[in-house]
Amino acid sequence: MRYITPRKAAKGLGAAGPGASTAHHWGMTVSSSALLILTPAFILVIASAIGLPHDAVAGYFSRPYPAIVTALFLIVGMHHYINGTRILIDDYLDHAERKVAIILSHLFGWAVIAAVAYALVRMALSPVAAVVVVS
Amino acid sequence: MGDIPRGNRPLSPHLSVYKLPIAAITSIMTRITGQALVAGLLLVVWWLVAAATGPRAFATADWVLRSWIGYLVLLGSVWALWYHFLAGIRHFFYDARLLMTKPQAKQASWVLIWGSVGLTLLTLLLFVIG
Repeated sequence: MRYITPRKAAKGLGAAGPGASTAHHWGMTVSSSALLILTPAFILVIASAIGLPHDAVAGYFSRPYPAIVTALFLIVGMHHYINGTRILIDDYLDHAERKVAIILSHLFGWAVIAAVAYALVRMALSPVAAVVVVS
Repeated sequence: MGDIPRGNRPLSPHLSVYKLPIAAITSIMTRITGQALVAGLLLVVWWLVAAATGPRAFATADWVLRSWIGYLVLLGSVWALWYHFLAGIRHFFYDARLLMTKPQAKQASWVLIWGSVGLTLLTLLLFVIG
């Protein structure tokens, strides 16, 4: 039995426990700033591609601007997602559940980045005709 | 917090006894939209991987993406993305110690709500005519 009051137990822990600093907040500020430009660019790129036939979609994303905007948005976006979700997890989960959730959010974010990287590289490297012939 | 003995010490009333003001609702919507917008992203990423894989994979993904339920997910995610976008801008104002009074916080909340709806409709318009 600890005779410590709840207030005393919580004092000095801050919102996210010991070791928390402004570094996380600053990281979110930096990625938010980048996404301020990347988000409208990404929405326009995707909106122009939806509805095109398959070879036109593959050709479109092998061009530099759509490929780079898509890659940057999803890499910076998932980085921002992982760090933002960390705060959500810290607020609602404790102990082992918290650790598992943090690990899963990282795995998820990087899986999305890997999928996009694969798709863009494959569309960029394979000539449109070859994509059609292969499958 | 299970390891903290509370004894019979009285605790102050918690969140559930308050009616949430609009600024609190629009604040918590930031995290909800941040998670929800991922649904549309996953749909688009799947569609991109399918486009890289081949015509048959693309046909399936494209059919789902352009079905009414696919468009509904995309539209919802676009709204969530614009909402989260505007909420992020509001955080920049907060960091600069602006919009901190109650009337300003209320006004900014309505800007988030109607601004996100407006940007979503603009996106829809650009998509339909473009």
